[in-house]
Amino acid sequence: MTIDWLHFTPWASAAGGVLIGAAAGMLVLLNGRIAGISGIVGGLVVPRRGEIDWRLAFVAGLLAAPALWLLAGLAQEARIEAGFGRLALAGLLVGIGTSCASGCTSGHGVCGLSRLSPRSLAATLAFMLAGMLTVFALRHLA
Amino acid sequence: MSIAAAFAAGLVFGLGLIVSGMSDPAKVLGFLDVAGRWDPSLAFVMGGAVLVAFLAFALARRRTANFLGGAMHLPTARDIDLRLLAGSVVFGVGWGLAGFCPGPALVAFGAGHEKAAVFVAAMLGGMVLYHAAERLRLNRKTGP
Repeated sequence: MTIDWLHFTPWASAAGGVLIGAAAGMLVLLNGRIAGISGIVGGLVVPRRGEIDWRLAFVAGLLAAPALWLLAGLAQEARIEAGFGRLALAGLLVGIGTSCASGCTSGHGVCGLSRLSPRSLAATLAFMLAGMLTVFALRHLA
Repeated sequence: MSIAAAFAAGLVFGLGLIVSGMSDPAKVLGFLDVAGRWDPSLAFVMGGAVLVAFLAFALARRRTANFLGGAMHLPTARDIDLRLLAGSVVFGVGWGLAGFCPGPALVAFGAGHEKAAVFVAAMLGGMVLYHAAERLRLNRKTGP
């Protein structure tokens, strides 16, 4: 295994992680909700009465973050190498998979592991392994 | 008040995704590529996030109402079944294909990347499809 020291950003990544954890903490302590992005968005796609406003507000905050970042004069990098076809397929799989598993990197990964949930640990191991195998197949077998 | 709190939480979450590098698909793929030149940064994202959220959930677990007086909605499902694992594998394959999971994709969409818009549209389509299929399955099960 070779470490990519050039792109390794332990401090920035840990600091960003602390912000993510703080946001999840805010949402559960102030709204009593789990900060799982796929679940929050899924509840907008299949809406239920009385379950819409807080979801919209959270997603609006998420969408507004890059604007605030730019206003602060900071650059945000998003290098999207995949083409449109691959992005569409990836999005479709992510939408179906997270609905079926009731969670994604935030709901099972961050919140579930923080709640010491064995169910979320199983989900996290499964999607991490599948993600790593997919990248391995694309980069080292194809 | 709770709406403002949800907006603030979303904003802080989004900033965290940007600061950590999660909103950059190339960096995410660098983490998933353990056999290549591996960038372990995202393990630090998870570490930092879980450290802080663990404390919040430890506090949340003891409460019957949130700090704004509303109800707590904590997950009750505990079963590790085929649906959980198969869904997670399908999600993981999609994640590895493009380097986007739902949160970072929404942030990149908010930043105006049209490729992220394609991903988000397909993701919403996938969610609609799944729920439509579920409804069909349940109707068939309970139907006449």
